[in-house]
Amino acid sequence: MEVKTGTWTEKKGLAQMLKGGVIMDVVTPEHAKIAEDAGACAVMALERVPADIRAQGGVARMSDPELILKIMDAVSIPVMAKCRIGHFVEAQILEAIGVDYIDESEVLTPADEAHHILKHNFKVPFVCGCRNLGEALRRIGEGAAMIRTKGEAGTGDVVEAVRHARAVIGEIRRLTTMADEELMSYAKEIGAPYELVKETKELGRLPVVNFAAGGVATPADAALMMQLGMDGVFVGSGIFKSGDPAKRAAAIVKAVTHYNDPAILAEVSKNLGEPMVGRNVSQMPEAERIAGRGW
Amino acid sequence: MKIGVLALQGDFAEHIAMLKRLKVETAEVRLPEHLNGLDGLIIPGGESTTIGKLAVAYNLMDPLKQFGQRHAIWGTCAGAIFLSKDVSRDQPLLGLMDIKVQRNAFGRQVDSFETDLDIPELKQATGTETPYHAVFIRAPIIESVGDNVKVLASVPDGRIVAAQQGHLLATSFHPELTNDTRFHEYFLTLVD
Repeated sequence: MEVKTGTWTEKKGLAQMLKGGVIMDVVTPEHAKIAEDAGACAVMALERVPADIRAQGGVARMSDPELILKIMDAVSIPVMAKCRIGHFVEAQILEAIGVDYIDESEVLTPADEAHHILKHNFKVPFVCGCRNLGEALRRIGEGAAMIRTKGEAGTGDVVEAVRHARAVIGEIRRLTTMADEELMSYAKEIGAPYELVKETKELGRLPVVNFAAGGVATPADAALMMQLGMDGVFVGSGIFKSGDPAKRAAAIVKAVTHYNDPAILAEVSKNLGEPMVGRNVSQMPEAERIAGRGW
Repeated sequence: MKIGVLALQGDFAEHIAMLKRLKVETAEVRLPEHLNGLDGLIIPGGESTTIGKLAVAYNLMDPLKQFGQRHAIWGTCAGAIFLSKDVSRDQPLLGLMDIKVQRNAFGRQVDSFETDLDIPELKQATGTETPYHAVFIRAPIIESVGDNVKVLASVPDGRIVAAQQGHLLATSFHPELTNDTRFHEYFLTLVD
């Protein structure tokens, strides 16, 4: 009996299991338990949530493997962890400790300003951020088995998440109306591999699962991203920087399932306590924005 | 015939796409009233803890148990866990099938695998000879089954990965992630 591991079907498939779910940033095993109990479909293990990375500055790197292992021990749901853009050795370390998904993330300080990791070289699947269709397809070309629109992490301002989701969805909509002979020029224009442009046109969607991220702070934000056509939602600082993380986490999980039911959305939005304070992205200096990291 | 797919979380859209290929009418089930008028139900892959918590929160547990008394239900991976009566940990379960399941029994994601399975019932029901190519993702195994449960498939070391109890079906793997519609066709034979 032939047994194959680390195949493209396996990598893409785990992301398909996460669809319609919420992936939550956690910094301790206790947070991870709260997230699991609230109904998270996976957790992202890290040392600092993006809002704290912003506040504290300095170089943001892969988390201590010991912390990630403790979080893996604490919960039965999949555990993801972040490595720096282009830092393939951090990725090797994360694969060696057995994380279920690696996020090659702009939230950490990039290690390479020209290249991303060649993700096909790994058995563990990767998720990468994007701001538009070209960036999404470049990452898939390198082997990302899941995409998340970047938004602007650690702000609690959903405007960039909406901008990037609308960019991807809108570009795919236009692509589906193009004649086949237009695809090569379009691939050149957006800097994407031709074969993936063709596949995206045929499918009418990205060839891998696409979550929203970066600025989701309320159940309404999460449902907004779902109604825009995202497959699920990452929530970073929005949960554990709020007044009542357990309650808010459970409410966001419910909002993603019932994203098309305003009566339920109203119900779950009640009495959640203080949301994270948030920062208005339009008033942020360009140097503080991280979504531009990625090539 | 109208088949529902539990759409609380997971890859329900993939099951719906398979059913549509077989020209079957489908419906997404998120609330108890969505079960009305259905002839069968699929519980998809996903996270069993998430699906269980949402089923409790929206009062689906009893309606699903009642539905399963009379109608066919098929659980894939997380769905198989949810159908079972025991997973050796505290999480909401329907307990419709007399099976004990172990979650993540093959390890973490890097251990997830694809392989061919020999499933005589499937070949017979669909009149085909080719082996069934199964995709396992952080998959559970069926540790033990009750007397009224038939084992449909095992991996070579003997661990059970598919079982049937009358009109109830559980698979550790994900037919909805393949292009092979035979398992969905087999499930439809269990629907009245």
